[in-house]
Amino acid sequence: MGMTMTQKILAAHAGLDTVSAGQLIEADLDLVLGNDITSPVAIHEIEKMKVEGVFDRDKIALVMDHFVPNKDIKSAQHCKCVREFACRHEITNFFDVGEMGIEHALLPEKGLTVAGDVVIGADSHTCTYGALGAFSTGVGSTDMAAGMATGKAWFKVPSAIKFHLTGKPAKWVSGKDIILHIIGMIGVDGALYRSMEFVGDGIGYLTMDDRFTIANMAIEAGGKNGIFPVDDLAKRYMEEHSKRNYTVYEADADAEYEQEYTIDLSALKPTVAFPHLPENTKTIDQVGDLKIDQVVIGSCTNGRMDDLRIAASILKDKKVAKGVRAIVIPATQQIYLDAMEEGLIKIFIEAGAIVSTPTCGPCLGGYMGILAEHERCVSTTNRNFVGRMGHVESEIYLASPAVAAFSALTGKLSGPTD
Amino acid sequence: MKAANGHVFKYGDNVDTDVIIPARYLNSSDPKELATHCMEDIDKDFVKNVSEGDIIVADKNFGCGSSREHAPIAIKAAGISCVIAETFARIFYRNAINIGLPIVECKEAAADIEAGDEVEVNFDTGIITDKTKGTTYQGQAFPAFMQKIIDCEGLVNYINQKAQV
Repeated sequence: MGMTMTQKILAAHAGLDTVSAGQLIEADLDLVLGNDITSPVAIHEIEKMKVEGVFDRDKIALVMDHFVPNKDIKSAQHCKCVREFACRHEITNFFDVGEMGIEHALLPEKGLTVAGDVVIGADSHTCTYGALGAFSTGVGSTDMAAGMATGKAWFKVPSAIKFHLTGKPAKWVSGKDIILHIIGMIGVDGALYRSMEFVGDGIGYLTMDDRFTIANMAIEAGGKNGIFPVDDLAKRYMEEHSKRNYTVYEADADAEYEQEYTIDLSALKPTVAFPHLPENTKTIDQVGDLKIDQVVIGSCTNGRMDDLRIAASILKDKKVAKGVRAIVIPATQQIYLDAMEEGLIKIFIEAGAIVSTPTCGPCLGGYMGILAEHERCVSTTNRNFVGRMGHVESEIYLASPAVAAFSALTGKLSGPTD
Repeated sequence: MKAANGHVFKYGDNVDTDVIIPARYLNSSDPKELATHCMEDIDKDFVKNVSEGDIIVADKNFGCGSSREHAPIAIKAAGISCVIAETFARIFYRNAINIGLPIVECKEAAADIEAGDEVEVNFDTGIITDKTKGTTYQGQAFPAFMQKIIDCEGLVNYINQKAQV
């Protein structure tokens, strides 16, 4: 029996010729990731372990991104704890204010994740690096601690669902619309415990940023990971960003898939997930008349250059509707700088939006855009659970940067008219 | 492993980690403090009504969303002795085992058991007994190594104990 792409990567990291779905394995890790919320818990755990230091100071990434610049004293204490740990163990890839970015935008940009890697991160959106052909998955703090100590993690080898993406998406349809469409189709537990493997000629029409967005939200369908084949575009991205060698794995022709879906990208429309689950999707022509209070463009899902360019192309020489607070958050310092040099920041500010330093802040209801009772937000983030961005009676509509920008201009949930 | 016994708090599908422990409280990692906000956004009275040993029963995909280990930590510190669900989200499943919170998947129990019922869970056999209704259900028994992790109150103590042997 052949292996899926994910299974091949896992087999290679477990020192095995083959693995099959359901098998328990122990795999070597290429990178262990944590942030300012999950790392303090992991550090507390690793300090209880009877181990000498960390397994490899170059293969740990600690990114202060959720509540920084620190929103309050307790958050500052957490960052201090991580900073001291990073210093004590001489962690190479410690990213503090000034160097940080939202972890899942930052790591590929810094070249720390490449095709063929096995990566665990104490953050559920660690699955993002599947866009580069890596196996990466979210874990908790204790797994992160064990990973930092030993360089290994145990996994149950996942079975897989194959998604054939065909055709060219229409002008305003992006990676976000594709993944929301998929989650709407299979549900928030539709890929529970499984890999989501994306294949097909449609991938050739997707930018790297589109692919990062799609892989990023595999977890919102319950998936263990999402993964793309490594094409020339992905290779070029890695060669530009990383000094590391990458390894390309391909699924066997006779690999077994539990389910297969074909999605004609040319038939998709801009798609929005209504409260309070990412599976509650509607196409933009079905959304009705919904007045909004806030727009957020950013996050590990949609805070990259393509996202900002699309938003800026819509907001250029226009004004955010009165009564709407528009918050734009470039995902990394580099993206912030590039956006400034391209004139995008000027466009946002002149349109009446605010531009923030990189932070996860509003996405998880931390700070920088908390919603009051009965308020509605159109957001390019990844979750619209009850209370996710603030008051339990507030509402989040997940959408692409294009829909978010159009909505900012009209003050209603809205899409392109062309 | 000691059996769990307590009264049931019942919830539906897709109980996510944001309602189990909202991110506005994640500036703390102290279990006792987290426990005071457990389930706050889905059930304001949970913290007031929960007693040591009580059990949570839910439907599909319990613990979906974020990887925050604070979610099972808050549930355990609130006094919950076991979570029964039709299915669990995968990161929550891993985290619960790793911190020593017993969890059992059982579709029939999740469907039948009602709020307030007194329920016992035998982890050696996987048998769930609803003492109020007088019904029993076969849940998945833990493999021996997972029982040991939970007995040790989590993966770290388990690793340390193994190292000592």
